[in-house]
Amino acid sequence: MTRQSAARKPETTEAVIRLSDVNKWYGEFQALKDINLTIKRGERVVVCGPSGSGKSTMIRCINRLEEHQRGTIVVDGIELTDNLKNIEAIRSEVGMVFQSFNLFPHLRVIDNLTLAPMWVRKMPKKEAETLAMEYLERVRIPEQAYKFPGQLSGGQQQRVAIARALCMQPKIMLFDEPTSALDPEMIKEVLDVMIELAESGMTMIVVTHEMGFAKTVADTMVFMDAGEIVEVAPPSIFFEAPKSDRTKLFLSQILTH
Amino acid sequence: MTEIIAPTGDTAALAPVRKAARESEPPPTEKIGALRWLRRNLFNSPLNSALTIVAFVLVAYWGVSFVEWGILDAVWYTTDHNVCRQAAGACWAVIAEKHRPMLFGVYPYDEHWRLIVALVVYLATVTLTLTPYCWKRSILIPLWIAALAVMGTMLWGGVFGLTYVDSGQWGGLPLTMVLFTGTVVVGFPISILLALGRRSRLPAVKAISVTLIESMRGVPLITILFFAVNVFPLFLPEGMEIDKMLRVVVGMAIFFACYQAEVIRGGLQAIPRGQYEAAEALGLGYWRMTYKIVLPQALRICLPGIVNHIIAALKNTSFVLIIGLFDILTATTAVMQDPLWRRFFVEAYLFVAAVYFIFCFALSKYSQQVERWLNEGRRF
Ligand SMILES: Nc1ncnc2c1ncn2[C@@H]1O[C@H](COP(=O)(O)OP(=O)(O)OP(=O)(O)O)[C@@H](O)[C@H]1O
Ligand SMILES: [Mg+2]
Repeated sequence: MTRQSAARKPETTEAVIRLSDVNKWYGEFQALKDINLTIKRGERVVVCGPSGSGKSTMIRCINRLEEHQRGTIVVDGIELTDNLKNIEAIRSEVGMVFQSFNLFPHLRVIDNLTLAPMWVRKMPKKEAETLAMEYLERVRIPEQAYKFPGQLSGGQQQRVAIARALCMQPKIMLFDEPTSALDPEMIKEVLDVMIELAESGMTMIVVTHEMGFAKTVADTMVFMDAGEIVEVAPPSIFFEAPKSDRTKLFLSQILTH
Repeated sequence: MTEIIAPTGDTAALAPVRKAARESEPPPTEKIGALRWLRRNLFNSPLNSALTIVAFVLVAYWGVSFVEWGILDAVWYTTDHNVCRQAAGACWAVIAEKHRPMLFGVYPYDEHWRLIVALVVYLATVTLTLTPYCWKRSILIPLWIAALAVMGTMLWGGVFGLTYVDSGQWGGLPLTMVLFTGTVVVGFPISILLALGRRSRLPAVKAISVTLIESMRGVPLITILFFAVNVFPLFLPEGMEIDKMLRVVVGMAIFFACYQAEVIRGGLQAIPRGQYEAAEALGLGYWRMTYKIVLPQALRICLPGIVNHIIAALKNTSFVLIIGLFDILTATTAVMQDPLWRRFFVEAYLFVAAVYFIFCFALSKYSQQVERWLNEGRRF
């Protein structure tokens, strides 16, 4: 609304996220195997794949909630290393929305939203509150501003979580199965907000099983299996003519119910 | 919300289908008579009935003898101990006779008014501090600076023509309050740091926290006080001296902190990982995340345990008797050595117990109020 009102332009070639030969182990178990992926500014990427294939692990590496052990990840020109300052800088540019919302239950909705702008961006309280109300309107729940998260429905909580991430005015948004914990009637209200966000030109990486959503907004589909990226393709090709057998099998399973 | 149940028979098909949601009725008000209440709560099974009767008999028996001893046959006021000796009941007169040295210890008798001023200022300051209206830096900081200045002036003296009283001579209730407040105010921040330290990823920080907590929990408080008073000065460089009261308070504070740290750690463990991840994903650093997200939730989870240890800390102040300080309990013991009044020590100790009880009860009531504030309008 404030910044990305320009039309979608995924054609820009500037890469904002670049993963090169990223490998990650949990103990002996290799969760990511030579992941290579480049995401351009304004690009909307939908990641899918069977459970345990490493989707969450991959996107959580992008904001260093998980640490990769080999390879390089560059986000917005900054390489992710042990440097704490770099990590915090990247995190403030990368918003994340979780499956389980993770709102702060002891803070009112408005305080959930103003917390990071005030304490990370050093924004004055008044300004942060104006910004928060702006985003609450954008996710269509301004009337809930002074309630506590526990008083909201799941769909409302997830929309607050999206607004909270947007209040940091991030360049990139990560979504890890944002609708998986929701009842069917609430999924749409969250997806609608995400579609709107996609239309505003935000760079998004979305892990989801909502294939309807993927067909509507994705510029690129990424299919993962067993820690590898198996297929990367635009949705028209991905859904109509996938190359890999594993993709075909997955799609046949997920699209038949 | 429930549909009207269609009447059976021919009219069933014709019965109108109710479209609008049914209006909700007020909940049924229960009117229970006294007898019914007794039946339901005290005599609802043979075992419960038996227990009720036994409990009633015991309470009645002790209650009657206490009323006889403590009220009907009691001597309320006299300056003559012989009157008390002849009475069958309690001698509450001992409190009137001895309350000054019990409450104020060996502090010079003519200066007791200073302690009263200090106590009044203390109670007023604490009461204000615990009132949400005053939770602003602009009120609390000046309030405490002024209160500490007044209390310090009153206790030590040495200025404005007041005679100087060494902290070794402080005693009674003011001493108890100094020790208690010092312990909690110094100990609580340490306990938070220790609890965080024990969960730290930095091996050195973790090792220090674990060692301190485990070693302090492994020894009795008396040992720590003995160390603080008698052993610690031996390690100080020549000519350097640290006030005995300060050493005692720091010793008690560290002991308090080590117990409290484990309570707080329990609260920290109850915070879901998602809270940390959400805070980190927003770019909050460790301290800010701890201060804004983790601690507020953790402390409120373990508030009952925290208050438990604070109350224990109040009563632990009586351990200073072994290092020659006269808190309210020790002062009472000393006063009751008086051969004329010695036999009425029970009444004197009941009085001290009542003083402790008032403070502990107020603390626990206050913590219940805090829980109520915290729960206002929230559910998880
Ligand atoms: N903290 C961890 N410790 C050990 N193993 C882990 C950990 N987190 C994930 N794994 C393992 O790594 C693999 C990939 O996990 P990940 O959560 O990335 O899968 P996913 O594709 O997101 O699956 P889902 O669709 O179920 O969310 C899984 O086999 C999982 O068991
Ligand atoms: Mg996952």
